Amino acid sequence: MTHVLDPNALADTSSGTGTLPDPFADVTRSNDAFRAFLHGLPGVDQVGAEARAKVLGTRSIKTTAKAWAIDTAISMVDLTTLEGSDTPGKVRALAAKARRPDPTDPSCPAVAAVCVYGDLAGVAKEALAGTGINVAAVATAFPSGRASREVKLADVRDAVAGGADEIDMVIDRGAFLTGRYLDVFEEIVAVKEACGPAHLKVILETGELVTLDAVRRASWLAMLAGGDFIKTSTGKVSPAATLPVCLVMLEAVRDFRAATGRQVGVKPAGGIRTTKDAVKHLVLINETVGSDWLSPDWFRFGASSLLNDLLLQRQKLRTGHYSGPDHVSVD
Amino acid sequence: MSDRLTVRKTYKLYLGGAFPRSESGRTYEVHDAKGHFLANAAWASRKDGRDAVVAARSAFGKWSGATAYNRGQVLYRVAEVMEGRAAQFTEEVAAGEGLSAAKARAAVDAAIDRWVWYAGWTDKLAAVLGSTNPVAGPYFGFSVPEPTGVVAVLAPQRSSLLGLVSVLAPVLAAGNTAVVVSSKERPLPAITLGEVLATSDVPGGVVNLLTGDAAEIGPWLAEHADVDAIDLAGAPAPLAMELERSAAGTIKRVLRAPAEEPDWTADPGLSRLRPFLETKSVWHPIGV
Repeated sequence: MTHVLDPNALADTSSGTGTLPDPFADVTRSNDAFRAFLHGLPGVDQVGAEARAKVLGTRSIKTTAKAWAIDTAISMVDLTTLEGSDTPGKVRALAAKARRPDPTDPSCPAVAAVCVYGDLAGVAKEALAGTGINVAAVATAFPSGRASREVKLADVRDAVAGGADEIDMVIDRGAFLTGRYLDVFEEIVAVKEACGPAHLKVILETGELVTLDAVRRASWLAMLAGGDFIKTSTGKVSPAATLPVCLVMLEAVRDFRAATGRQVGVKPAGGIRTTKDAVKHLVLINETVGSDWLSPDWFRFGASSLLNDLLLQRQKLRTGHYSGPDHVSVD
Repeated sequence: MSDRLTVRKTYKLYLGGAFPRSESGRTYEVHDAKGHFLANAAWASRKDGRDAVVAARSAFGKWSGATAYNRGQVLYRVAEVMEGRAAQFTEEVAAGEGLSAAKARAAVDAAIDRWVWYAGWTDKLAAVLGSTNPVAGPYFGFSVPEPTGVVAVLAPQRSSLLGLVSVLAPVLAAGNTAVVVSSKERPLPAITLGEVLATSDVPGGVVNLLTGDAAEIGPWLAEHADVDAIDLAGAPAPLAMELERSAAGTIKRVLRAPAEEPDWTADPGLSRLRPFLETKSVWHPIGV
């Protein structure tokens, strides 16, 4: 990792808001310099990353460890509804499910957050008042990100005013892919400022970035710009969250913390539907970045149907017999 | 040069329209009535049972939603393909049940005829089991039979083809989807039936055939909350009682196991169709 993991950089982490962490203070002085920095990041061995993700996916997690994994995964879920047909009623129903995912079992943990479009953030906030469950709102012309910066920032301010605790923004993939890295960076910085106290999750939309090298660059870009979380996908593009992509992003947050002392969370979203997928991700975290990230503060699943499968598996462990889709709510 | 090497077969399961190995990786040897090796069969585990229920549930909407006429056509097509495979069925039935070629052929013919007979029932069930009810008010009252859902079938242990067809065909004719655990000692006709189903027009997942031990998979299917009914035809006596009890936990329809395996050549009437149908009654105002 050459300059990135400079051991001297670890000591001083006292960077104020708006300025870059010390070892990277000048990498954004120009688009060329930023481009040189991002392209200077070590390349990703794609075959190696895929093999590593695959071998970690074969771990067998059973009995008490499985029960722990299921409960941990439930507490990490960002229960999501991002449809054009969303209504306040649907958001309230989802909020009720977020509080008590399994109404037949009070020991079932609540989810981490409810993720909705910005105009419904107020409805979600009201329905979740006093529960400790966050409201996440997607903004910045989600999912395409094709709008002027003023519109995007207005979108963010509107969602924050509506009560969103977390903002999920999309990066401008067009700018990123054409090499205008500084534009993307400045946009994230501006959105972060517009967020105020709300946490910022930066959606990289890895399905459109094509290579794992680009995923690593986008991850660093988003972290340098001040993102509190980096998120794989909008869920509207396929492929969405895959294990190799998640592995590369986890390595990026690990290296970033080693270099700057600032910890950034990771949120895979889209395509994670089964308990088995979720457990694979938990194994991946533990083996890549360690248990520091095994908490809803640092890792989230963006998902809608995953929660039902987790609940079915949980019921199976509790009752000893297989459960069925009639025993969980239809979202 | 005529000493050709025998092709020793290792069969797989028929699950969701595909032929996967058992999730457990297990197989067991199948022998003929005299104890000679016939083939290896997949030894299904409880997780194969779970996967089969998922496949059957996802296939249920389309199969139950198909018109009765269409279901009849599809099932008749199965009988056609079975007819083409009659020689293979005959050989397997003869070897497995220790019958003469003539008696085995008679059993295969009876099985194909039974399938055609049930295929004919699909569009007659509503007329025979439904009704227009006399009600004291300005309403129409209708009762119509509807399929129960996902049916777990423990197939007969002795009659490997006629018995299997006699329990499976009515489940399908009524519009249900099925998870079948075949005879343990005589699974080959069930495996071939799976190949027949895969090459006819039955959508994947409507029938899922597991070879293995009903005593091992049965309890999981009986307790499974997403199985709506269970046919205990192939469950041995002490097990059948236990399965009935666990099926009660999720209020399943249970078709009880007969004390002795019956003579499958007898006319079944509606005895195996009615248990897997639910009656829906509708009140509809008479227009003024």
